[in-house]
Amino acid sequence: MLDQLLQFLISGITVGSIYALVGLGFAIIYNASDVVNFAQGEFVMIGAMSAVFLVGKGVPYPLAVFCAVTITIMVGFALEKFAIEPARDASVVTTIIITIGASIFLRGAALLIWGKDVYGLPPFTGDRPISVGPATMLPQNLWVIGGTLLSVMAVKFFFDRTLTGKAILACSFNKKAAYLVGINVRKMLLIAYGLSAALGAIAGILIAPITYTSYDAGVMLGLKGFCAAILGGMGSSMGAVAGGLLLGVLETMGAGFISSGYKDAIAFVVILLVLFFRPSGILGKQEADRV
Amino acid sequence: MKRCSLYVLTGLILTFAMFFCVPAFGADTLKIGSFLSVTGPASFLGDPELKTLQMYIDEINSKGGIEGKRIEFVHYDTKGKAQEAKKYVTRLIKKDRVDVIIGGTTSGNTLAVIDIVQNAHVPLISLAGSVKIIEPVKKWVFKTPHTDRMAAAKIYEDMKKRGISRVALITGNGGFDKSGRAQCLALAPKYGITIVADEQYGNSDTDMTTQLTKIRATNAQAILNFGFGKAPAIVTRNVRQLGIKLPLYQSHGVASRKFIELAGKAAEGVRLPAAALLVADLLSDSDPQKRVLIDYKTKYETKYGPVSTFGGHAYDALFITLGAVERAHSIDRAKIRDEIEKTHGFIGTGGIFNMTPKDHLGLGLDAFKMLEIRNGSWTLVD
Repeated sequence: MLDQLLQFLISGITVGSIYALVGLGFAIIYNASDVVNFAQGEFVMIGAMSAVFLVGKGVPYPLAVFCAVTITIMVGFALEKFAIEPARDASVVTTIIITIGASIFLRGAALLIWGKDVYGLPPFTGDRPISVGPATMLPQNLWVIGGTLLSVMAVKFFFDRTLTGKAILACSFNKKAAYLVGINVRKMLLIAYGLSAALGAIAGILIAPITYTSYDAGVMLGLKGFCAAILGGMGSSMGAVAGGLLLGVLETMGAGFISSGYKDAIAFVVILLVLFFRPSGILGKQEADRV
Repeated sequence: MKRCSLYVLTGLILTFAMFFCVPAFGADTLKIGSFLSVTGPASFLGDPELKTLQMYIDEINSKGGIEGKRIEFVHYDTKGKAQEAKKYVTRLIKKDRVDVIIGGTTSGNTLAVIDIVQNAHVPLISLAGSVKIIEPVKKWVFKTPHTDRMAAAKIYEDMKKRGISRVALITGNGGFDKSGRAQCLALAPKYGITIVADEQYGNSDTDMTTQLTKIRATNAQAILNFGFGKAPAIVTRNVRQLGIKLPLYQSHGVASRKFIELAGKAAEGVRLPAAALLVADLLSDSDPQKRVLIDYKTKYETKYGPVSTFGGHAYDALFITLGAVERAHSIDRAKIRDEIEKTHGFIGTGGIFNMTPKDHLGLGLDAFKMLEIRNGSWTLVD
């Protein structure tokens, strides 16, 4: 029983760190513009698919990873430039709907470019399972967990310690005031999209050796990442990570101890309960609207 | 002005006359209609099916047709939608007045039109998997692809040979998975097999170690994964990751090179039932199917590229139809139907078809070959 519990926990943390990484991308754009970017899952897919494509063309692995992230950042910039910016005066809801449209467009484009096949990437450092007591995990799991930790720290540093990061936060609090103190609001938004595209791409590449990828892989990952972000508190990067890990562990525990058929249902019930009692999420700031 | 409208009127009348004349010429042609999902989510099935039909119909026509008649081929793309399937089948029957219909790429599309063809008395050969299409038997409806029940039976047969009686089942949440799971559960008692675990996962899940950890804790002697797409590859890798040494069985849903490519080394030793087309080169020369398979494969691959079993289903449907027309010496729908039902010993890509009034598929379990993956490639078990 204890052996099983340990394996469930390890599986849960692996799956959870994937969700966390995707959720983090949601948090950044939300921080900058109050918009939930539903094309986040597509960034994950484009990162992974570009890497697969480049590796397949014989490009060395590290270079392929670098190029794939760059390609995805370009897609992020393009999304902001051609879809979000022209509608900058629109309401938040309209912008969210635009991102949904963009996600469908990106998925369609990926379908045309790469077809319907499922692809995998070779693991970074072999595939010999590592034993953790009676449980096992793959070396790639460690890469995912480590990558998540590093990304979270980098994102935290960026927003807390750098001027650009603070400027992005300022834009989300009050666009007009930010503009008046000399912040280039448009540029900040562009950076936010580029950054979350980069995070998405990194997530996609880290997990592709475990989960494989296909043109529609972004749908499920986007949804789970979104759940992680709200569970943890929208806009809080630490919250997104906590939410992701919690979601992953909940799913595996639900599947392990109750029934694997109701795995998703169990996780969603818990999310609903959390949001019912703490609408701003686990680590979210309590909203206090000024009158 | 008046003259002008007279011209228009004459033109209209002539057009109409031509319209109604077409069926009159029909006696010299055999009209085959088809409705396939060439685009949309099932396009990977429908596309090779249509290519196969077109390739062989062109070839037969260039050789002078069948029974002295040219084959006229009418095709509509349903995009995988049941509503479109209904619309096009009605059009095939009422407007195009076809003699035989080949299609439904998917089970959904086929089941949607069964009532229409039954009422219109038009023979239909479906290219879809579900056993529901032919069970209970419908007078005018036939099909060529294997069913998931046959896959389950084939797997259980192999397990019995290896002395396995306790099986852990793990399946996805898609239509293919669920139908397969139901067949596996229903057939188990018949083969003396106990299902000791019945785990499920989502088809887009990224990790199945939890379900497999539970399976590891049971006294199962083998694991059976009935699934489709990337999930079975993840299951296969998770089984190896957890160090589970039990034999792993997969279904015909992963019978493609892609599975070996995705699962990599973890796929070693995995067994699965598959259509003979996949391993045409491995069959012994005495196998009656070998010539048919190699012929089809060479022809399709020189014209279009890698062959799939789905195109093979269309091949079987077309030649069962042509065989029936030849035996009936007629293109009367009822006579063609009777002859399709009498199809006996027809060697197709899916197996050897022996239809009866009670069996509108006519394939035995030998239509599936049990394969094992060794050194990254297929080997025949039996």
